[in-house]
Amino acid sequence: MNPEAKAFMIGVCREYGSDRTRLMDIVRRIQEQERHVSLEAMELIAEELGIESVEVRSLVSFYSFFSEKPQGKIVIRVCNDVVDLMQGGAEVSRAFEAALGILVGQTTADGKFTLEHTPCIGMCDQAPAILVNHVVCTRLSAAQVPRMVEILKRTGDPQALVTQYGGGNNEDERIRSMVQNSIRREGEVLLAPREAEAGLRQAVAMQPEDVVRSIKDAGLRGCGGAGFPTGMKWEFTRKAAGDRKFLICNADEGEPGTFKDRVLLTEKFDLLCEGMAVAGYAIGAQEGIIYLRGEYAYLQAFLESILARRRKEGLLGTEILGQKGFDFDIRIQMGGGAYICGEESALISSCEGLRGDPKTRPPFPAQKGYLGCPTSVNNVETLCTVACILERGADAYRALGTSQSAGTKLLSVSGDCEWPGIYEFPFGVSLHEILQECGATDAQAVLVGGPSGTFVDPAQFNRTICFSDLSTGGAVVVFGPHRNLLRIAGEYLDFFIEESCGYCTPCRAGTVLMKQRFEEVLAGRGNQSDLDYLVELGRTIKSTSRCGLGQTACNPVLTTIANFRPLYSALQKAPDDNHKASFDIYGALRDHEALAGRTSEIFPHTN
Amino acid sequence: MSKDKITFTIDGCEVTAQPGQTVMQAADAANIRIPQLCYLEGLTPHGSCRVCIVKANGRLDTSCTLPAVEGMVVENNTEEINEYRRDLVDMLFVEGNHICPSCEKSGDCELQGVAYELGITAPKYPYQFPRRETDASHPDIFLDLNRCILCARCVQTSRDLDGKTVFEFVGRGPDKKLAIRPGARLADTELDITDQVVGSCPVGTILKKRVGFAVPVGERTYDKEPHPEQPVSE
Repeated sequence: MNPEAKAFMIGVCREYGSDRTRLMDIVRRIQEQERHVSLEAMELIAEELGIESVEVRSLVSFYSFFSEKPQGKIVIRVCNDVVDLMQGGAEVSRAFEAALGILVGQTTADGKFTLEHTPCIGMCDQAPAILVNHVVCTRLSAAQVPRMVEILKRTGDPQALVTQYGGGNNEDERIRSMVQNSIRREGEVLLAPREAEAGLRQAVAMQPEDVVRSIKDAGLRGCGGAGFPTGMKWEFTRKAAGDRKFLICNADEGEPGTFKDRVLLTEKFDLLCEGMAVAGYAIGAQEGIIYLRGEYAYLQAFLESILARRRKEGLLGTEILGQKGFDFDIRIQMGGGAYICGEESALISSCEGLRGDPKTRPPFPAQKGYLGCPTSVNNVETLCTVACILERGADAYRALGTSQSAGTKLLSVSGDCEWPGIYEFPFGVSLHEILQECGATDAQAVLVGGPSGTFVDPAQFNRTICFSDLSTGGAVVVFGPHRNLLRIAGEYLDFFIEESCGYCTPCRAGTVLMKQRFEEVLAGRGNQSDLDYLVELGRTIKSTSRCGLGQTACNPVLTTIANFRPLYSALQKAPDDNHKASFDIYGALRDHEALAGRTSEIFPHTN
Repeated sequence: MSKDKITFTIDGCEVTAQPGQTVMQAADAANIRIPQLCYLEGLTPHGSCRVCIVKANGRLDTSCTLPAVEGMVVENNTEEINEYRRDLVDMLFVEGNHICPSCEKSGDCELQGVAYELGITAPKYPYQFPRRETDASHPDIFLDLNRCILCARCVQTSRDLDGKTVFEFVGRGPDKKLAIRPGARLADTELDITDQVVGSCPVGTILKKRVGFAVPVGERTYDKEPHPEQPVSE
């Protein structure tokens, strides 16, 4: 290692106080500068932090944005989410392979380019999309790719690919992005006009306990997908023993098909900060963290500058709004490309500089969270809503939606529809209404809640978005009649296998078995017993997995078996003998035939 | 509100627990068997193998991590739960390369023991036959990842009891594996034959050299009955 690199790495470690809990930040900085984290770098970091190098490798190998092998100066990550693939993502990948002369997963010999696939980057409304280092390029076609590569080769600057900005704050000089907000429906809460900081002003005029009560009275439930009552979470955190408490904003939306938080971060970041301050006040936390998914790094400078401005305005820092004893500040923690970190306890692990493994519960984060302190983890949309509730009162919020599901929900609508984008609907809206509004007339299926949710068939389009029917973090993906739904279910299953942390047996080993048999069924080699196998295996994985990822990983298969059975029946051929269709006798004999140097006489090859 | 005893039931039997005890600890104290694999007394329960899963008040959870609560109704030895356990143990068998007849841990292997206990004769899932590494560099200890079930006992024992952190996990999902210092062989690490980690492995991944057949096959822990007591490990 050259002395400069060494000095740089030691400098980075020391900048973070050689603090083991800041390992994510240290590794991220070194990755960006050196384009990889070498074994030597791991040794150096370990020595500086007083840990073992295998612990550094443990973290580096967990996050897809970190690499042990040198990456190109420019890393092109082509999103291979289902929606991107439906809109030509695979052709874009192939065009990059051709233009760069490498395959996905490789780096050019001159060390200038690396080409990779990446799961959903939160741009399904403008797919196919790619990340070029931190720069997002959207609505691509294969035809544009040679010119893009030429620009990159000439300038070496990903930002040179952005010739048109996407509107709203995407035009801000600190973002300068071609990403579009695609806000299609401004509802009555989050996207409605409001008075800035009114919620925060209202909160500080109340006792913290009363703020918590107000959120409970409003009936607000977590908007990230799990739907846990927000007020209750706050109450647990507030009442937990400990002087030091944390509020963490989960900005790691990774559920394929979800992009609502991207729009809130871009257009409503002051509202989010206001909501976070309200939450900090309510639970007695002085420290807030925004865990921002690595894919949204293009927003980081912008968000940091707003935080700085708010500090100057007395809206963050000490004595907020002049209120004695109300101190609250926010730092941004960047993620490293791991879906599992959207799970609140995995997110806390990641903030602590660890692998993104979910934690054992109990204790719950409210009792023992970040660094062992009581912690409330809330989604971006939830925290934005909090400020709105304080501004208008719990009753006004409760009056919206249904009796069981109060308020409004942001939906990220994408796939085969005329107007993909963000829609704010009151809870209780039916799929029919959503499909009509987004211009989807002939949907074969709608995936509600992303792949961890449910594939719904047209006979059930009268079902509604709410906690007692279709509960969702907001992803709504529409599939037209020409889509191969089962192939899509298989691609989503691949996503979960790729994103499993590997901690528990069923999610790590079971999902792989699930995929194997599912492929057999897809290839027409399955029969009823294979479907029974999938349902039983799926039930075991669902019931015994340690966290929500494993518990929902088989949903793409299980919900298509439940709601689209005819698609499976169409693939089944009646076996022509007593053999199981999924058993390939010729494949099983192949190795033995090779060893014996002759073909089987009992099962002679017909071709 | 502090009580000095917690009373709850497991399969209808009344069990008492000390505050802070888990369902598994209380069951062990009451001589009620809950099949288990990754759990090792003295370590923080890992809860990764999921074999000790029980239904508590209708909800599935691992008994090694679940605190006993007053009045809790726990289902343990039911057909539904044992079926889940068999599936989990099956998954562990096919995920790695567990060739019992050629493994010197056979008879003392806890994976094998729990499989006997659950009545597994052959796995119902297809073998995956992964390619895994072995390391025979250390003079006294042999490392065979073919048999690793990722239970984390060695990771925790080395870190928390030996204070060495010889082992950690790298990778994620199906690619997760046990690892030692990058670029090193086992012989290059601080691992010593007297370390507690050597006796922590439930399967044949971490083995002492030259003592594999000191106890003959047929006279080992699980050779006569599925789970006599806790397995013998020095």
